Amino acid sequence: MTYSQAVLNGDRLALTRLLTQVENDMPDGRAALIELFPHTGKAHLIGVTGSPGTGKSSLVNQLALYYRKTENKRVAIVAVDPSSPFTGGAVLGDRVRMRDLAGDTGVFIRSMATRGSLGGLAQSTANMVQVFDAAGFDVIIIETVGAGQSEVDVARLAHTTLVVEAPGLGDDIQAIKAGILEIADILVVNKADRPGVENTEKALKSMLELAHPAARIFQHHGSSMRIAAPAQESSSKLTWIPPIQRTVSTEGKGIVELTQAIARHVAHLTQSGDWAVRERARLEVELDALIREELVSRFRRDVPQKQYENMLEKIIQREMSPGEAVKLLMNGRLK
Amino acid sequence: MTEKKIRVLVAKPGLDGHDRGAKVVARALRDAGMEVIYTGLRQTPEMIAEAALQEDVDVVGLSILSGAHMALTPRLLELLKINGQSHVKIFIGGIIPDEDLHRLKEMGVTGVYGPGASTEDIIRDVRLAVAG
Ligand code: B12
Ligand SMILES: Nc1nc2c(ncn2[C@@H]2O[C@H](COP(=O)(O)OP(=O)(O)OP(=O)(O)O)[C@@H](O)[C@H]2O)c(=O)[nH]1
Ligand SMILES: [Mg+2]
Repeated sequence: MTYSQAVLNGDRLALTRLLTQVENDMPDGRAALIELFPHTGKAHLIGVTGSPGTGKSSLVNQLALYYRKTENKRVAIVAVDPSSPFTGGAVLGDRVRMRDLAGDTGVFIRSMATRGSLGGLAQSTANMVQVFDAAGFDVIIIETVGAGQSEVDVARLAHTTLVVEAPGLGDDIQAIKAGILEIADILVVNKADRPGVENTEKALKSMLELAHPAARIFQHHGSSMRIAAPAQESSSKLTWIPPIQRTVSTEGKGIVELTQAIARHVAHLTQSGDWAVRERARLEVELDALIREELVSRFRRDVPQKQYENMLEKIIQREMSPGEAVKLLMNGRLK
Repeated sequence: MTEKKIRVLVAKPGLDGHDRGAKVVARALRDAGMEVIYTGLRQTPEMIAEAALQEDVDVVGLSILSGAHMALTPRLLELLKINGQSHVKIFIGGIIPDEDLHRLKEMGVTGVYGPGASTEDIIRDVRLAVAG
């Protein structure tokens, strides 16, 4: 039996082996991805990103518990941590905060290292997620590296992206967090048991007002309305204003409310047609990446190294521009 | 294709809180270029076997300073076997009396290390064991 058949039959050993094959971009992994693709597209992908130590893993633990216990959904978690740029090694520690999920076969946690890739995910994260999707997991939660910048990759991959903040990360929150609003579907203020929650929430609100003028007008016209109010009516307005949710992940507080916000976001995505738009954009990026990879490997095969180096030398000597060189190297090749 | 990284699960089974050794070893293996999944304290053999399966590791490293190694290790070996993971190599460190060392190796444990063990030796032995 092939990996993909075994995975579709629910074989956990085959699943874990296949994930390794896919992570390492091995031939069996590539073949399985092709076979599994028709079975993908059913899972809800939730991205969780934010600065180091804000409580992402603890939050993922709570979300997974909720989806298991309350909605009886099968949950996969992909947790990404950075590789050391010097040795290539990594300590992957996200599981430490997910021990409540142990002993439940409806949950599958896989840790992975970035292996040199930037942007908060590893190169093969999207493919690993596809395997989980095909394997029938209903919810797939992706925890990024805690880099504190705009982790654009995860927003591209996930249907719903949570950006996790916590009080006490420094006063100049606006300077650090430029860009997160473009990727956040929901803003989570975790560690709400800590002093300074109000300040963090206020800073996020004022950023939201700057980013979403519509919301500001809304507020002007009805001063009693909260900034997050339009989100609830988003299905009719067709714009989504990221709500701000408070949580205490260590105690499970605010998790039900957060999952309700996530459910509203899913409803918004389907009703507004944004789900299809995102799916399309994601698959387009994936297709483009694969085309690029294939073209490069064909180029390597077809163009003699010597000729390539000669061209490079000419470029260095300013006898030719890189653009010109590409035209010449490609000429008549790559049929 | 990317080169196959050695993946190691480092776990602390049992109820004691001595986690310095586990952390020292986890960092040393990372610095040797391996991917180390650290699970933290108070892991049962069931939790360790499950994590080993989900993470598809080559090696499981246990740090035990409580004296419970003779109770915990056979159970873990049994669970790994049930899961189809008999190929996973087991390394144990901590406070292990000499007479137990031989019995652990007989059970199928690959390496046993006590206080003061050199991390270079551990790295070398892990590499050798995974290379087969
Ligand atoms: C520091 C220490 C503590 C610290 C622990 C701090 C911490 N967060 O780790 C504190 C003060 C908290 C502590 C408490 C206790 N301790 Co204490 N502690 C020690 C001590 C002095 C050193 C341990 C240590 O950190 N060594 C440094 C590390 C780097 O060495 P290591 O763990 O041995 O690791 C090396 C190797 O063993 C191996 N290794 C370890 N793990 C792994 C894993 C893998 C995969 C591999 C390959 C190798 C490997 O490689 C490492 C590098 O060389 C030892 C005595 C000793 N000489 O070992 C007692 C000792 C372990 N403690 C002991 C006891 C009894 C206790 C207490 C129960 C005391 C009490 N009655 O309260 C409590 C338990 C508390 C609890 N919650 O569990 C006894 C255990 C006796 C036994 N097992 O038969 C010891 C042996 C002291 C003694 N001689 O009686 N302890
Ligand atoms: N007080 C408080 N502490 C929390 C809360 N959530 C998480 N923590 C603690 O914050 C620390 C970091 O939590 P993690 O869940 O590991 O955070 P993370 O964002 O996943 O960390 P990285 O993956 O290393 O970036 C741990 O000590 C948690 O126990 C919370 O709601 N309140
Ligand atoms: Mg984490």
